[in-house]
Amino acid sequence: MDFSLTPEQELLQETLRSFVAKECPPPQVRKIFDGERGAVPALRKGLVELGIAGLVVPEQHGGAGLELLELALAAEELGRGAVPVPFLGAALATLALVEGGSAAQQARWLPRLAAGETRATIALAEPGGRWLPSEWSADFARGRLTGTKPFVPEAADAELFVVGAAGGALALVEAGPGVRVTPEPTLDRGRPLATLELAAAPAEPLAGAAAQRLFDAASVLLAADAFGAAHQLVRATAAYVMTRQQFGQPLAQFQAVKHQLANMALDIDPTRGLWWYAAHAHDHAPADAPRAAALAKAHVTDRAQQVARDAVEAHGGIGFTWECDVQIWFKRVMFDRLWLGAPELHRERFAQLEGW
Amino acid sequence: MNLQFGEKYEKLRAEVRDFCRGSWPLAGDEARLPEREAAIAWRKRALAAGFLHRTVPRAYGGAGLEPDVMAETVIRQEFDRAGVPHRGSVQGTHMLVPTLLECGSEAQRLAYIPPTLTGELTWCQGYSEPGSGSDLASLQSRAVLDGEEWVLTGQKIWTSQATETDMMFGLFRTEPDAPKHAGISYLLLPMRTPGIEVRPLTMMQGGVDFCEVFFDGARIPAGNVVGKRGEGWKVTRATLKHERMLIGDSSGARLAFDAVVALAGQLERNGRPGLQDPAVRQRLAEAAGYVATQEWAVARMLSAIHRNEDAKAASELLMAKLIGTDTQQRLAKLALELIPEDGLREPGGDDVVMGIKPFTRGRWVSHYMFSLAGAIAGGASNVQRNIIGERVLGLPRDQRPPGH
Repeated sequence: MDFSLTPEQELLQETLRSFVAKECPPPQVRKIFDGERGAVPALRKGLVELGIAGLVVPEQHGGAGLELLELALAAEELGRGAVPVPFLGAALATLALVEGGSAAQQARWLPRLAAGETRATIALAEPGGRWLPSEWSADFARGRLTGTKPFVPEAADAELFVVGAAGGALALVEAGPGVRVTPEPTLDRGRPLATLELAAAPAEPLAGAAAQRLFDAASVLLAADAFGAAHQLVRATAAYVMTRQQFGQPLAQFQAVKHQLANMALDIDPTRGLWWYAAHAHDHAPADAPRAAALAKAHVTDRAQQVARDAVEAHGGIGFTWECDVQIWFKRVMFDRLWLGAPELHRERFAQLEGW
Repeated sequence: MNLQFGEKYEKLRAEVRDFCRGSWPLAGDEARLPEREAAIAWRKRALAAGFLHRTVPRAYGGAGLEPDVMAETVIRQEFDRAGVPHRGSVQGTHMLVPTLLECGSEAQRLAYIPPTLTGELTWCQGYSEPGSGSDLASLQSRAVLDGEEWVLTGQKIWTSQATETDMMFGLFRTEPDAPKHAGISYLLLPMRTPGIEVRPLTMMQGGVDFCEVFFDGARIPAGNVVGKRGEGWKVTRATLKHERMLIGDSSGARLAFDAVVALAGQLERNGRPGLQDPAVRQRLAEAAGYVATQEWAVARMLSAIHRNEDAKAASELLMAKLIGTDTQQRLAKLALELIPEDGLREPGGDDVVMGIKPFTRGRWVSHYMFSLAGAIAGGASNVQRNIIGERVLGLPRDQRPPGH
């Protein structure tokens, strides 16, 4: 029994962490967050060069042939840096093709996805908070897809969409006639969302894909992202209270502040194993994976949100300003907690899976 | 990451399972032994088989094996499953024994370790005093050497099981002129020594566990000091590293959680089975998040310890006690919400307990109160938060008054 990362997995994280620290430090994050998106293509290219786009793509299609755990470890680092660069949508679209694409679909798309030549994303939700595959109603028949899919990430320049349809089906839709993308004002400006409207858009089935499995994988990535963001918020807040002085001493010297920080660390640090296991189970214990994913999504993002709220408070007045970086990480966590449904939805799902 | 224990440990698991099947419950004449004697008889067999306290050297009654947290985990899982009396008195087996192994004389080890492992010799811990809780090193109970004997005066408090244990290991001030931490010795004393008086304290839920212990000129042999005179504080620190064996155990949280789910399954709520009530489902699922968090944090710690890479799980190691305490309190609160009317009645008889095993419905009211003790015993949660702030997050130490 060894519940730890391999040296290769640790190296992946360290590499990505140094990349983020060098290429996308907080001032860069802020620029993009405030609408100066000029650096995004270069950052995206940098991630592709690190192999992030092809992590789960089989080697014969130009990827690294790794598993959801590696993808989640990447998500942790991107969350830690609140990196405002396309990842979630592309990673999940790629995973859907890896797990459910026909040989022809894989041969056509996977090499281009791994090389970062095709921008892909996923469209899951439907209006009215219907996130679960069993709730989807988009009409997919005779090679045509019609429906409205809100909250699509990375949609603005996507060329390929993996779209959820009625009956928990997944379909591939290319940008073109019958496909309209309307950007929505998004709270987490680093990950802008759009509504995808499909009017008899040409679509082909992803026949082998299980939508619920994709949903579970998405849950794991969100939990990992939220963990990374909250873990960083605790450390950034600790650094802040070491420098901010009141009554002639650093805030950190006050036990009330120290305990608040300790509680924040207690909230988030121990939850790492929840999403580690859920990611591991996806590939090695699939029967237990849905349960583990639901629990990780609900619990980790909930704890992360509390940490983010505490981080604002611990920063005092400056914490409530746009100028303070905490708001960016706070909104990152809000996205992770609410996209794919709030914790209540995932807890109810967990209860069903437990047979309660 | 590999969550299989693998062939070596599965073989061990099968052996332990066989051993349990063949050894418990006791058969023949032994089947009629009272609870304590039955536990001793079984523990002797488990020690001989090398499944209990396996790392203690053979000369002192153990099996002399290398530490192996995975083996210990597998054995504990099987022992729990079989319901054998493998959990002895923690004070003796997990605090005194490592202390003697680390700092005791050969004579002390030979005299005390073997019967402590079997459960024949039981111990209480004499640390806290009325004026010395978290600030333990301020303790004032005195031991003065008079010829070949220490003469003890003073008072200990919160001493668990002091009425029923044979011996105490305790901290006494032997060098009154030395600085606070340097004047303390670690002594071993028989509880039946004249001049020792034990007064049980009734806990808030009723029932007795901890006691006050008064020393009024009690005399014990000069040789009953562990380590050097005046170095008792160092002796207690030397054994801290053994305490992590206690924290690699999240089975309590899982058992308690399963019991809460079972409780919900037996109840009606808002006119339907408890488990079908949406509010109950939400709260149980939320609690499940905490229980699984603890289990995976423990798995990560065990893996790190197994690989001699403790630093990789350093924060979880430092947080283990608070995580465990918090989970138990959450589960107790959740259980009481399921049976609110029970909380109007005073618990009595077998329902007044420490801990909840076995998980009868009546015990939740007791546990609702007793679970609070976890935030105090063995290191107050507020002190633990200081430690986490300092060692996990690098925040500055508290400024203490001079001399502390």
